[in-house]
Amino acid sequence: MWNMKQLEYGALARRANQIKKELRQGVRRPYKEVIDVFQGDLHRAGMKPLTFVRQVLAACVYPPLINSSNLPLDVRQRAQEELGRCVGGSVGSYSAAPGIPEIIHSISEFIKRRDGGIPSHPENIYISPGSQWSISNILNVLVNREASPRTGVLIPVPCHNKTVLSITQLGAVAVPYYLSEEQGWALQVEELQRAHESAKGVCNPVALYVINPGNPAGYVQSQKSVLEVIRFAWEKRLFLLVDELYQDCVYGENCEFVSYKRALSEMGPPFSGTVELASFHSVSKGFSGECGLRAGYVELVNLDPAVMKHIHTLFSKDACSPVLGQIALNLMTDPPKPGDPSYLLYKQEIEQIRTVLVHSVKKVHEVVNSLPGFSCPPIEGGLFAFPRLHLTPKAIQKAKELGLQPDTFYCTRLLEEGGVFTGPGWEYGQKEGTYHIRYNTSRALFKVHH
Amino acid sequence: MKSMSKITLQLQRCARDITNMSQQAVNGVSHRGRVLTLDSMNPNVKRVEYAVRGPIVQRAVQIEKELKEGAKKPFTEVIKANIGDAHAMGQKPITFFRQVLALCSYPALLEDSKFPEDAKQRARRILEACGGHSIGAYSASQGIECIRQDVARYIEKRDGGIPSNPDNIYLSTGASDAIVTILKLLVCGEGRDRTGVMISIPQYPLYSAALADLGAVQINYYLDEDNCWSLNITELRRALSAAREHCNPRVLCIINPGNPTGQVQSRQCIEDVIRFAKEEHLFLMADEVYQDNVYAEGCQFHSFKKVLFEMGPEYSNTVEMASFHSTSKCYMGECGFRGGYMEVINLDPEVKAQLIKLVSVRLCPPVPGQALLDLVVNPPQPDEPSYATFMKERTAVLSALAEKARLTEQIFNTVPGITCNPVQGAMYTFPRITLPQKAIDKAKELGLVPDMFYCMRLLDEEGICLVPGSGFGQREGTYHFRMTILPPTEKLKVVLQKIREFQLRFTQEFS
Repeated sequence: MWNMKQLEYGALARRANQIKKELRQGVRRPYKEVIDVFQGDLHRAGMKPLTFVRQVLAACVYPPLINSSNLPLDVRQRAQEELGRCVGGSVGSYSAAPGIPEIIHSISEFIKRRDGGIPSHPENIYISPGSQWSISNILNVLVNREASPRTGVLIPVPCHNKTVLSITQLGAVAVPYYLSEEQGWALQVEELQRAHESAKGVCNPVALYVINPGNPAGYVQSQKSVLEVIRFAWEKRLFLLVDELYQDCVYGENCEFVSYKRALSEMGPPFSGTVELASFHSVSKGFSGECGLRAGYVELVNLDPAVMKHIHTLFSKDACSPVLGQIALNLMTDPPKPGDPSYLLYKQEIEQIRTVLVHSVKKVHEVVNSLPGFSCPPIEGGLFAFPRLHLTPKAIQKAKELGLQPDTFYCTRLLEEGGVFTGPGWEYGQKEGTYHIRYNTSRALFKVHH
Repeated sequence: MKSMSKITLQLQRCARDITNMSQQAVNGVSHRGRVLTLDSMNPNVKRVEYAVRGPIVQRAVQIEKELKEGAKKPFTEVIKANIGDAHAMGQKPITFFRQVLALCSYPALLEDSKFPEDAKQRARRILEACGGHSIGAYSASQGIECIRQDVARYIEKRDGGIPSNPDNIYLSTGASDAIVTILKLLVCGEGRDRTGVMISIPQYPLYSAALADLGAVQINYYLDEDNCWSLNITELRRALSAAREHCNPRVLCIINPGNPTGQVQSRQCIEDVIRFAKEEHLFLMADEVYQDNVYAEGCQFHSFKKVLFEMGPEYSNTVEMASFHSTSKCYMGECGFRGGYMEVINLDPEVKAQLIKLVSVRLCPPVPGQALLDLVVNPPQPDEPSYATFMKERTAVLSALAEKARLTEQIFNTVPGITCNPVQGAMYTFPRITLPQKAIDKAKELGLVPDMFYCMRLLDEEGICLVPGSGFGQREGTYHFRMTILPPTEKLKVVLQKIREFQLRFTQEFS
């Protein structure tokens, strides 16, 4: 299903870059620019960075700005605070390997607030250059290459491919469990059960990877679903890896983000004290959208203290996360408060982004479902639409003739003729005989396009 | 928006339903053991150590805490001379770089007349190359194209015109990231066929940590302490042939200028190493992050790429190599930005395709670090407004380091029991300490490696944090420590004085 060695992989991205180059050089095409809706990159899609965040970062980078009356007082004070936590007062020094201690503390407070008061311990939190970095570090600890049978990790289908790549590169086996497209991409425990069974004789599943809200499928798990998954992990002795990057991107009415940490705690013993959990978040999505700064964190729950020591050493050899990213993470978890000079603007910008995202998603859903050959369940959360392509037998045949996956064929034509760069469904996994494309929904209203 | 307590109640109700459903199952099942234990975890990770941030640093942090809480000690601060972090020790950032980065972070400042025009121009160019004109957008995994082009031009200029192809440049999250990535590509095989990687002893422990993590075989070649830590080909040959008995040696790593030893390899030596790599069919990894940190008279940085190409097509068309550089050292000291790159030479195209895939897993290197790297390779030119200040700052940093290098060597060599090779380059000194037998015995009693015992005592008595030589590797029966030359000159003099006093006391105590 995931053909890592296929030359196709990344070929579309290369072609998109080539076309971008040609357009810059003045080559005539039926469009003036490539609309890149391939990645979950909000800034690229036209979202403006939050003013407060960028003002603070600028002042941290160039401290003379702290004395500039052009910047609001709270920005200047905040920059001073952040610099005070940097060794030597510079964002150019290394920080402690897990991250700047005050920032980690701030993250733990954020998690506690989010989860209705359930404590979060700073020593269980590690900051890394983006969430994929800590996901691969944790996978590295979990995957015993010398073990026989090989280590297995259950992953959703569809799934963004980075984690899958990490799993296969470590020599582990990715065991797919299919999300139910008919039920709006719901995660069904029966399917988890089937997937777990299927691993017998093939590999030894040790972990269950969940993405909530989903990527590319835009579901938001119900509370019941989260609890069922935790119970399943408990029963089958699976380490839970939960990717919660899109926790701020929830649009569906009656949808609510429920963190796995919170749900686990609310379940009480024996679950709350035993299920091993790693939850991941970052500054890349949500209202910050600061993917390029590379800052994410992992919170580890119920891990063996002896193993934690080794995890600490593993993160140490990576030096530390970029300090600007750490500061951006801090600003995300500890934003301006009512009464602060920057608060009104901050709130306004957040509301604007939220409105645009909600409208974009609605619009995309409407438009996609009105197009012949497309169908798409409601997008409850996340940044993508993953509509189903109902391709004609002729189109499928043509694709096969060209040696392409049918959805890649479609995406290639969409790129060449329409200048729109999307992701073919096969790169994320899908049920045999079905085709999809992945499309970043936020672009719809941030920028005007044809 | 529902209130928090309502969500809690709902969750609790839901949770009760689910747990009730499985009550029977729960009652029947014994205590669930952990999935992830010392036994089940990746055994390679257990072998990973990283002395630079290891136990001695943890002790230093503990002492700092105690000082903060008002504990009385024979010192008022802990001097962290363990880590190559220039800004932490008070070195100032280069003004021009920080101005451009501030403009990139908050482009509204482009209207601010207090910023010079050349800084604004650079910022605009960088922002133009970013998605949505924001440093917050992902870049291509290999790094922003125009920055890679600038890096290639910098390399060409540095190497006297030898061409550099931007497609062979991969930007990274510090040089460490690129080093680990290349090792991941190179390490394979099982048992006797497992990849062996040659690394100098002493070495920068990122290498030993990465090799342990990847389950590669570490092949040690000893630098010659009696000859200024020079590299001997005979020693390389010895190490290689011994290694061939039990692994498949494929890689030769060299750090030049050296860490922790500070030696700057002669051109002849670099040629010999390249010749050796070709003869023995080894992939060369040249860690050149200290390339601007050269102090000693008669020493000069020669890039491996330059020497390779000057040796003619027989070598330049065949030897496979990767050279590494970063924004963390030299005169910039911007460790916290995690900027870096590698240039790969003669890499098999299919392997390159795998390399692209590897770097794509973590999406892209931090864009501020990429922007900073662009400035390092594209600094103010003589005809630009910021040039004078830039050169002044750069020269001040490098000459201060040169002075401190000289001072350190001079003072340490006057201390009985300490011998110190010249600090020809980089940022460290790695002096040899003679430990009385009684001290060695005491260390063993305490379950400590002798130089760790020494360093712990120094930390407890003087508040100076160094890294024991055992963390870097050294010849059996010899002991060293690594100290950075980064504290400001006056403070450094105090540190050297205190170490001298400690050394005398320590020797006296265990005589």
